[in-house]
Amino acid sequence: MSDDTEVLMAGFGGQGMLLAGKVLAQASMDLGRSVSWLPSYGPEMRGGTANVIVCIASRPIGSPLIESPRGLVVMNLPSLEKFAPKVRAGGVIVINQSLIDKDPARGDCVVIRVPARELAQDAGAPRAANFVMLGAYAGATDVVPADAIERAIAEEFTGDKTRFVASSIAAFRAGLEAGRHAPATVRS
Amino acid sequence: MSKVLMKGNEALGEAAIRAGCVHFFGYPITPQTEVPEYLVKRLPEVGGAFVQAESEVAAINMVYGAAGVGMKCMTSSSSPGISLMAEGMSYLAACELPCVVVNIMRAGPGLGGILPSQSDYFQATKGHGHGDYKLIVLAPSSVQEAVDLMTLAFELAEKYRNPVMVCADGMIGQMMEPVEFPTEGRGEPFKDNTWALTGRRGRARRIVNSLFLSPETLHEHNVELKTKYDDIERHEQRWELYNADEPYDLLLVAFGTMARICKTAIEEVRREGHRVGLFRPITLNPFPYAACRQAMDAMPRSSSVLTVEMNMGQMVWDVQHAAEGSRNVGFYGLAGGLVPSPDMVAERIRELVPARVAETV
Repeated sequence: MSDDTEVLMAGFGGQGMLLAGKVLAQASMDLGRSVSWLPSYGPEMRGGTANVIVCIASRPIGSPLIESPRGLVVMNLPSLEKFAPKVRAGGVIVINQSLIDKDPARGDCVVIRVPARELAQDAGAPRAANFVMLGAYAGATDVVPADAIERAIAEEFTGDKTRFVASSIAAFRAGLEAGRHAPATVRS
Repeated sequence: MSKVLMKGNEALGEAAIRAGCVHFFGYPITPQTEVPEYLVKRLPEVGGAFVQAESEVAAINMVYGAAGVGMKCMTSSSSPGISLMAEGMSYLAACELPCVVVNIMRAGPGLGGILPSQSDYFQATKGHGHGDYKLIVLAPSSVQEAVDLMTLAFELAEKYRNPVMVCADGMIGQMMEPVEFPTEGRGEPFKDNTWALTGRRGRARRIVNSLFLSPETLHEHNVELKTKYDDIERHEQRWELYNADEPYDLLLVAFGTMARICKTAIEEVRREGHRVGLFRPITLNPFPYAACRQAMDAMPRSSSVLTVEMNMGQMVWDVQHAAEGSRNVGFYGLAGGLVPSPDMVAERIRELVPARVAETV
C-alpha cells in the first residue's frame, strides 16, 4: 500500500466528485487507514464548482485542509484552472478529456487524460463518469487496492440503488485500465 | 463496534440519540442544517419528537419547556441563530435546567458568511445572554471527538443541571471522518427528575422560575449558582497536550479545527529542527488556566506563547490571563471564513523560534 496521500476531486455540482471522494474515503477506512473527507461548502451558483479533499494516512490526520495536494482529479475546465497550479510537484493530475481540451502546463506532474464520458458510455453507465475518473486515479497511483474501492461502491448503493452497483463498478474498471496504462513514470 | 464514515453534523445527531436525547427543536441555518436533517429522520424511529420551530427564539423556548418537564432535549444552530437564543439560554441557566445546544460556528459579525470560524468564543464563554450565568462549553477537534463530547455534554447537563454548549465550526460539521459510537441504541432518560414538572399528583409542588423580586433572594440564588460554577471549574477542566513530552521552545494554544491544523504545522517544522508544543483546551469553559500555565512554565523564561484562532483574537485573552504577565503571548488568526493553513502557521513559528538543527539531526 502506498504512503500517506491526499487528493482533491473537483467538478461541476452534480458530476459526482463528492460521491467519488466518499467512496475513496470509505474504501481507505475499510482498510484501517485514517481518512478525512472535506467538501467545499461555500456559496456557489448553479453549475458552479464542487470539490472535496480526501486525506488518507496511516496516522491520525492533522489538518484536513490541504493547500498542495499530491493528487488532483478534475471533471471540468474551471476546476483544472483553479487547482492545477496548486498540485505538489511530482503529483498526479487526472483530467476528464471529454470536457477539457486544455493542458494544465505542469511539466513537473504526471498528467493522465481520460475520456471519462466515452468510457462510461462504453461500460453501459453513462452517468458514472465520476467512477471512471476514480478508477483512473486508483489505477495510476495504487493509493487503494481496486477491490477495496469496488466493495465501497457496493456499500454505497443500497436499497433500491443496488441496481447501480454493477454499472458503477464496470465504469470504475474501465477507468482503472486507463489509469494503469498511463506512462510508466506514474507508477512510483 | 465498527467504524462508520460520517459527517460531523450527522454524527452529532446520532450521538445525541445514543445519549438519550428524545426531543429536538430548531431552525435551519448553514452550516449546521444536517443536524436537524438527520434528527428529523432518526428521532421518530426512537419514539422522539422533532419540531422545526418558526425561529431560533421559539426553538430555545421549546427547549426551555421540554427541559422543564424533565425531557432530554437539545437544539442546534449556527452563530446568528445562537445569538437569537441568548435570552432563552439565560432563562434555562437561571432555572437550572439541563439541555444541550450545538453551535456550528460560521463567520460573523452580523449575517457574516457561511464558512467556518471560531468567532463566537467570547459569546460562548463570556457573554451570551444576560446575568451572572455560565455555560459548560466543549470544543471538539474531530468528528470522533464531536461524538464523544456530545455524550459528555448530556452527562454534564444532567450532573450540574446546566445548559451545555458543544461549540464546533463549519469544518467539523461538514467534514466526514470515521467514527465509533460508545453505545448501541437509544440512551436512557434522566436518572433523576425530582426537579421536573411532571404533574403534582399529591406530591410537594415544584416551581421552575427565574423571577425573584426580592433582591436578597435573588442574591442568594446567584450565590448558589456561583457555587455550582466553582464546582464545575474544579472538576470539569479538560485539555490535550501535544508534542510536549520533549522540551519545546514555543507553545501554541489553539482549539477545535485550528488545533489540528497546528498539529500539522508542528510536524512540518519539526523536520527543520523547531521544537514546538501545543496546548488544546477541550473545555473552553471552564478554561483550563492552571494546566495552560503549567505548559507555559515548562519552557525557558524567554520563550513565548502563540495563540492561533479562526477569529481576530478572542481565546488569547484567556491565554494571557493564564500567563499572568509571566511571558509574551502573541496572536495569529484569520477571520471571515478564511482558515489559516499549516504553512501559514509554520511560517509564524519560524519567525518566532530558531531551529535547533544540531540537536535533532
